[in-house]
Amino acid sequence: MAVVKALIFLNAFSLFICLLIIFLDRIISNYGICKITINNDKEFTAKGGKSLLRTLFENKYFIPSACGGKGTCGYCRVKVLNEDIPVSPSESLIFTREEIKANYRLSCQLKVKTDLRIEIPSEYLEIREYKGSLESSEPVTSDIKKIRIKLLEPDTIDFKPGQYVQVRIGGEAGTDYRAYSMASDPEERNSIELNVKLIPDGLGSSYIHALKEGEKIFFSGPYGDFFLRTDSARKIVCVAGGVGLAPIKSIVLAWSRQPDKRILELYYGSRTIKDLYDHDIFVKIGEANKNLRYFPALSQEDPEWKGDRGYIHNIIQEKLTAGEESEAYLCGPPIMIDAVTKVLTEKGIPLERIYYDKF
Amino acid sequence: MKELFLLLFASIVTSNIALTYFLGMCPFLAISKEIKVATGMGAAVTVVMTFTSLANWLINNLILLPAKLEFLQFLIFIITIAAMVQVLEMFLDRYSPTLYSAFGIFLPLITVNCAILGVSLFMVLRSYSLIETIFYSFGSGLGWTVAIVAIGGLRKGLIFSDPPKNFGAAGITAILAGLMALAFIGFTGVVRG
Repeated sequence: MAVVKALIFLNAFSLFICLLIIFLDRIISNYGICKITINNDKEFTAKGGKSLLRTLFENKYFIPSACGGKGTCGYCRVKVLNEDIPVSPSESLIFTREEIKANYRLSCQLKVKTDLRIEIPSEYLEIREYKGSLESSEPVTSDIKKIRIKLLEPDTIDFKPGQYVQVRIGGEAGTDYRAYSMASDPEERNSIELNVKLIPDGLGSSYIHALKEGEKIFFSGPYGDFFLRTDSARKIVCVAGGVGLAPIKSIVLAWSRQPDKRILELYYGSRTIKDLYDHDIFVKIGEANKNLRYFPALSQEDPEWKGDRGYIHNIIQEKLTAGEESEAYLCGPPIMIDAVTKVLTEKGIPLERIYYDKF
Repeated sequence: MKELFLLLFASIVTSNIALTYFLGMCPFLAISKEIKVATGMGAAVTVVMTFTSLANWLINNLILLPAKLEFLQFLIFIITIAAMVQVLEMFLDRYSPTLYSAFGIFLPLITVNCAILGVSLFMVLRSYSLIETIFYSFGSGLGWTVAIVAIGGLRKGLIFSDPPKNFGAAGITAILAGLMALAFIGFTGVVRG
């Protein structure tokens, strides 16, 4: 009897507390309707209480964000013209003191509570939302899938090789976004290819891996200042680690169409032979174009592999000629980017000509 | 009245919740690297401690004891603490954004701070009255703050010292906490006088 009484009481108490919290949340966290003004020009109203990033997305203003609103990538920065917007701990890690003084804030960390006036670069206003359908989804390694999306509305996209899109997780009703780089040639304007690595319990990758052919998919883009520069005749050094190959592949494909090809050195590092997807494509491009120098390397022992072994920065150390006029494009895990950047600067490539995409 | 202030003094100094009962050790060791951060955590703990033990006293004396359900104290107290922290967070977010961003991550962390639950349980064990509970919990919060700020100050000095490598940062801090506990026990006679 006592047990039943205790159980009933415990449940009733928990229910009461939950209802109390919901009730208080309604009253306390009700920020009413807030007006957001962008670049002193465009404005819209929205219900307060959500992050500025989400509010902007819901109103079809797209700004870059790669980490999914966790406050770690720093891409979603906006300049806030209001006074007295507090600085969160994650913002003080991302921004320098001058930037905070100049009122830069992360829109994913800033909650809309009052009317806000913000400034964003005008090119963000040209980013738009696309609707597409999944054309094919092909596993290329044990955890990476090649996703091809056919564009429906609008039916073409213009992007620079190396840029990325933000896929809306959960279809039309979804409110979360995850960033993926285009792996396809920008010339194929009516479809794009993404390479998605399955992260255990990852919101974005598990959604995309589970998509069936023909299903609708929504994304916005293109984003990012990681793209192939075409204003010089410098040598191009591309370095890809694992699924970081995606934007690099786009760069190589775009490069292979150019008439007077600059020299391109491609360093592609992976763990095992099975993880070295799209290897054949680069071998084939290399056979057709003398200017492509392709250096794949595996970090783990593999009896079938006849090529180089070792971490990719050691391969670069060994193969790259020092002192040449070059620019570098790196994409891969942060630890690889850091190690490769060190080698490249030692080889005489200045930091401002090393472009990278860390994930 | 005198007893109340003695209780307050005792809970700050002689029976300090951190240094004589060693409760709330995770934040005590983890976020005492800087005095400023430690002060923020201490303030948050003091506020939450006072409000939760007040709420828990009311629930315990008005509901649990009359209904003979005092064996549910652990569960009910934990739920109250979690709810209280949640409400406090909403409240600060709405009405004091600067304080909210100053507390930052510390506020939700307090939910799992065992010193908070400890104070609620001690108050039952020692059968404190409502007014005694307020003095005791506020004092315990202050005491915890004093302890974490003091160790924060000591740890700053550690940067310039050279402890044996195997102690690591946490090991040497635990030893420091032990020495501080010894020092705090030295206050014992003061209260009796």
